Amino acid sequence: MNDRPSESPDNTESPANDGGADQSRISADDVAKVANLSRLTLDADELELFTHQLADILDHARDIESLDLDGVEPMARPLPLVNVFRADEPGEPLDRAEVLAAAPSVENDQFRVPPSLGER
Amino acid sequence: MSDATGTTIDLEKWEIVVGLEVHAELSTRTKLFSSAINQFGGEPNTNIDPLTLGLPGSLPVLNEQAVELAIRVGLALNCTVQPNEFSRKNYFYPDLPKDYQISQFDRPIDDEGHLELPDGTVIGVERAHLEEDTGKSTHVGGGGRIHDAGHSTIDYNRAGVPLLEIVGKPDIRSADQAKAYVSELRSILMAVGASDGKMEEGSMRVDCNVSVRPRGTTELGTRCEVKNVNSLRSLGRAIEYEAVRQVDMISAGERVQQQTRHWNEDDGRTHKLRSKEEADDYRFFPEPDLVEVDPGEEWIERVRAALPVLPAARRHRLSEASGVDLAKTAIVVERGLDELCLAAIDAGADPVRTLTHAEHNLSDERSLDLDPGAFASLVTMETGGDLTATQAKQVLAEMVSSGGSPADIARAKGFEAMDNSELEGIVDDLIAGSPDEWQRFLEGDTKVMGFFVGQVMKATRGQADGKVVTKLLNSRR
Repeated sequence: MNDRPSESPDNTESPANDGGADQSRISADDVAKVANLSRLTLDADELELFTHQLADILDHARDIESLDLDGVEPMARPLPLVNVFRADEPGEPLDRAEVLAAAPSVENDQFRVPPSLGER
Repeated sequence: MSDATGTTIDLEKWEIVVGLEVHAELSTRTKLFSSAINQFGGEPNTNIDPLTLGLPGSLPVLNEQAVELAIRVGLALNCTVQPNEFSRKNYFYPDLPKDYQISQFDRPIDDEGHLELPDGTVIGVERAHLEEDTGKSTHVGGGGRIHDAGHSTIDYNRAGVPLLEIVGKPDIRSADQAKAYVSELRSILMAVGASDGKMEEGSMRVDCNVSVRPRGTTELGTRCEVKNVNSLRSLGRAIEYEAVRQVDMISAGERVQQQTRHWNEDDGRTHKLRSKEEADDYRFFPEPDLVEVDPGEEWIERVRAALPVLPAARRHRLSEASGVDLAKTAIVVERGLDELCLAAIDAGADPVRTLTHAEHNLSDERSLDLDPGAFASLVTMETGGDLTATQAKQVLAEMVSSGGSPADIARAKGFEAMDNSELEGIVDDLIAGSPDEWQRFLEGDTKVMGFFVGQVMKATRGQADGKVVTKLLNSRR
């Protein structure tokens, strides 16, 4: 499962092509699925709007792929920084009472949440 | 084919294939990306800070010690330690309030290694990567099981604790081998100081991928991932149950479906949690709040130089020094008695006797404090005939519990080597006093031998050497 077009230019299973009849366009179903995974509710107009916008973004990625990039190192981040670390030293924790006071629901000093499963 | 009761499979026809993913909590003082304390068993929600709770504006900063420990484990598992980076694994579940887990995806810190089991089998390790642990949810209401929970309560103390996920290759072929793998991995993690290895506290958690295939074939069958395996015992049971379930399905003409299943310790079964068709779609992407990690040659070599001798190397070393089979050295190394044995052998003790004592008579933790010289003398007194095996065992027990030299203890217990003339006198008296038994012995009733040896032992309060007594009795026929 690799969502980065730059690393799988020939991957016909990339999300962009899932179920889409037109190989170059993302389908409304794809967008609906991604929206669902992100817990976003889109109405029909929004679905169409975002499908177009996302397709444009993917087209742009495809434009880049069409360039000759042999010998160009893949880059995940624009910052020329490596190894930024923190010493393994404890800091001050947050006050539990204060934190729990901000929670919608509390039980036994814990956050109480509705039943939840990834599956739906 | 499974048998009628469905509890075993015909291992001549079927092969079990197992790959294990072990999540080990690293022994750091603080969390992976924040300064909240990494501690098991605290009051709920006391080790929390803005990052743990995913509060707006909080940013992760990588704990250097977690990287150090991941390098140690990588080297101990013969992995390549490489430049690596973090990715976001997106999913909505209240155990991580950020709504994503920071993990490593396509560039893990440790790549391609292996470990060796006590019997010499080598199991591949695909990778090991750093990630943050999740909070602990407790399901309340319903039957307490995840599917029918009324609601959940969450303690975020564990959220953000550094984990190293060690992904093993599907090289394991039985439940016992899976147990051996986990216990070897545990020893390694503990040896390098990366984890306390406490499975019962969740410091090590195992997910097992199980599939079956007809023996002789090489293609992997469809696998199921079994979660919630919290001890070596349940690991073995879960694998065996799952293998039978899959063979039963295939034998009945059904297809195994790729699923995530939940091991239930109480009913001894696995239950479907979710199918992989609704597969996890985590939409990984590079974590924009963190930079790349490049451990570099110098750091890696410094860690390598400081590694202790690892269990597999210790077993080989002991096996070579003693001439005892590799597999037989495992328990001695596990108890940490190998250095003691090596020193005793060096001091002239018989290697086989030394290891036999370590295996059978030195399970007490205080054995680690034994003086190697004294241990060697004890073994030598025994092999030299000054002590019988039983006496040597008693003297050794005393050395472990109270210290002292074997010679002094043997003397105090009256374990002087018996001189044969004294023993001959005892044997002759015994024969004279038990004419009926002696007659039966002469007539070839070998069972009476035990009676005579027992009587001699009684008369000498156990000091006589059984072998010598037997020889004496035979010489009187």
